[in-house]
Amino acid sequence: MSPISVSPSSLKEGRWYEYLVRFALGGAVTVFTGLISSCYGASIGGLFLALPAIFCASATTIEKHEIRRKREAGLDGRRSGEKAAALDAAGAALGALGMLAFAIVFSVTVTRNVGGAFVGASLAWVIVSVAAWCVRRKMRSVRRRIPGKVGSPAVRPKIFSRPS
Amino acid sequence: MTEYVVRFLIGGVVVSVFSMLGDLLRPKSFAGLFGAAPSVALATLGIAVYRHGADYAAQQSWAMTAGAIALAVYSAVVCHLLIRARLRAAPATLLSLVVWLIVAFGLLTFAGGQT
Repeated sequence: MSPISVSPSSLKEGRWYEYLVRFALGGAVTVFTGLISSCYGASIGGLFLALPAIFCASATTIEKHEIRRKREAGLDGRRSGEKAAALDAAGAALGALGMLAFAIVFSVTVTRNVGGAFVGASLAWVIVSVAAWCVRRKMRSVRRRIPGKVGSPAVRPKIFSRPS
Repeated sequence: MTEYVVRFLIGGVVVSVFSMLGDLLRPKSFAGLFGAAPSVALATLGIAVYRHGADYAAQQSWAMTAGAIALAVYSAVVCHLLIRARLRAAPATLLSLVVWLIVAFGLLTFAGGQT
């Protein structure tokens, strides 16, 4: 059974203004990177293509949703919200490896074939991100099977237990 | 002016699509991959190729590698601030931006990035 699932009900948890904020933030960051490139050149502008502005918004939203869900169940939910945001951050760290692959593939191929560069770089992002996530998942399940090993849940504090 | 309106609309749409994909997927750590999706890069590089040519976009994406490494460090720092320092998501993500700036500009300087 695939460990990845689609949860359409998650979209209903979002408020309309949260989607509006994301749209506005995405647009603002894209305008901002354009302005930086115009003022300081392509290299400095290129750095800001990986600015984690969107991540700030999404982590905060995830935390809010988790707290809301827990409060509706009569619980505090603050710690659970922090854990949910931390899981999102752990995923983003792996996604950043995919972004690195995207940037390398794009910079190497764009002068030869523009369309191919976009397709190839996007595929590199998907493949590297998903592979990194699968490797991390596999490593964590192996650690869980070795009782007493440093890093296993029996020894280490339960820092990344999934919010229920 | 028109260019910036187009940038805003394209950036907004691409970022929203990736964010919604992240919302739809489970588990949360997998959905987190979309927090580091190259959504702004796709929009900006598309416009860069159209306006300035492939060489300019290649230079931008090469500098983006430094930003991506900084993003990996940033995400790890945010994760630890949330779990160990027990900060809320907003202060953790905003404070860590300092780390992103230091790592990104440090790597660019180290690599001899030219503007």
